[in-house]
Amino acid sequence: MQYNVNNTNKMPIFRQDFAIIASWVPFSGKVLDLGCGDGALLKFLRDSMEARGYGVEKDDRNWLSCLKNGINVLQMDLEAGLSGFDDQSFDTVILSQTLQAMHHTEDIVQEMLRVGKEAIVTFPNFGYWLNRLQIAVGGHMPVSDDLPYQWYDTPNVHLCTIQDFDNFCENHRIQILERKVITRGNEVHALANLRGALAMYRLKAG
Amino acid sequence: MGIVSAQCAHFDVPIRLKSGEMLPQFDLVYETYGTLNAERSNAVLVCHALSGTHHVAGKYAETDKYPGWWDNLVGPGKPLDTNKFFVIGVNNLGGCHGSSGPSSMNPATGKPWGATFPVVTVEDWVQSQALLLDHLGIQQLAAVIGGSLGGMQALEWTIAFPQRVRHALVIASAPNLTAQNMAFNEVARQAIITDPEFYGGDYYSHDTVPRRGLRIARMLGHITYLSDDVMGEKFGRKLKDGIKYSFDVEFEMESYLRYQGDKFAGEFDANTYLRMTRALDYYDPASAFDGRLSAALKSAKAKFLVLSFTSDWRFSPERSKEIVQALLDNELNVSYAEVTAAHGHDAFLMPDKHYHDILRAYLHGIEV
Repeated sequence: MQYNVNNTNKMPIFRQDFAIIASWVPFSGKVLDLGCGDGALLKFLRDSMEARGYGVEKDDRNWLSCLKNGINVLQMDLEAGLSGFDDQSFDTVILSQTLQAMHHTEDIVQEMLRVGKEAIVTFPNFGYWLNRLQIAVGGHMPVSDDLPYQWYDTPNVHLCTIQDFDNFCENHRIQILERKVITRGNEVHALANLRGALAMYRLKAG
Repeated sequence: MGIVSAQCAHFDVPIRLKSGEMLPQFDLVYETYGTLNAERSNAVLVCHALSGTHHVAGKYAETDKYPGWWDNLVGPGKPLDTNKFFVIGVNNLGGCHGSSGPSSMNPATGKPWGATFPVVTVEDWVQSQALLLDHLGIQQLAAVIGGSLGGMQALEWTIAFPQRVRHALVIASAPNLTAQNMAFNEVARQAIITDPEFYGGDYYSHDTVPRRGLRIARMLGHITYLSDDVMGEKFGRKLKDGIKYSFDVEFEMESYLRYQGDKFAGEFDANTYLRMTRALDYYDPASAFDGRLSAALKSAKAKFLVLSFTSDWRFSPERSKEIVQALLDNELNVSYAEVTAAHGHDAFLMPDKHYHDILRAYLHGIEV
């Protein structure tokens, strides 16, 4: 489900988003990673933060990569919700670059905040200027490292901008504990919705 | 795996069964594959299902038509790699392939046990398997693996002997049987028990076997082990030789069921079949905890791999998820996959690539 699959067999690449997520997760905390891809993030959190927990992944190939990465991985469909998980049973529930591919966006975010004491959501910012430029000037749907698909084969169904997600949180009474925006591994501070490629939110139920 | 041979361990110590009955002494027939390492840390126990045996892999002679029942899994370079692991297959108590059971000799009488052989349970099997490990000098299993009723034994291992098992692979299994599932077992048993040649279980002394009952029991079983789709694909409505307006074998499916039934009736013991199905019915570790499986698994320490198959309706993915849920409640290490497969319950014995890739990857990751 996660589109930005990191091949962990290659030289480890420093991922700024992983480092930020690690800084938001309590040491030896219990973590649930939804749409965990090949398990690279959970592996990173286990190795750097002694995090315990589980990944959830639907795709067979990604699931198997998780198993090879030595992480606990459950093959489940996130769209069916998180009914198997008890209220507040995890320190952190993570949805890393998967939000935009979810059909039931509202439900999953609410479920994350039910199951986790905190939630981390990251997504490619559709308001990033390069994306805007491709539509405004190029006249076509954006294609980039963060959005590598063509309009006809993309799994992304709910792309949004930082401004959209801020509004979403406000309307759903979700507390934003922290927000970071990065572009090519560097943090962006001013004009985030224009200059930021990847948006990262640390959330709590309001 | 090449040529293998079975061994027999005799136990002179009485074993107290869950029913309260005592078996004063008993035999367990087993096979091993690979080499036990110096640390004795690489043993894997393979638990068999309803009709399985200790003959998991390899052949007894080059001329054997078929190898052991899980030969596609076990062997050098196979997912359960005998270059790494010391693999043990054991015929369960009550079986009919050499371990003490209804068809074996009761030393007290010099006659087959017959109906007097006690009803054994999954818990009894695990206790006796642990005695076999003692006999082999193995303190702790690297892993226990089983499908269906074998998966129940793997689960029970983690409950009964949490210190003696590091990994449990529970495949196409369930934490107990549903009423519908037990109902199939009851029909199978009724077929056997009402066969005039059953003689209350003492058919040995009448020099006969309840073939008809056993045959019908097996035919019924086979229907439930396959999916509608795979039966459709395999046989569909194909006729052998046109419609004859008779009740002989006309459809290919009938021919298959009769063949499977006949084959089984010729080699399996009816009293064992009764006991195996009863063991399935009775297994319910949550029952001692007001139906809370999480509480039953509180003592478990093993790491788990739980697998189910999409088309398996006899042991559906939902049942496996109940096990997963209980493991999550206890914060145990568990991975779970729902393998896309057409073969129904039988899928756990098939060499599907993704399924075997999963087992290979998991077993590869086990440290010995």
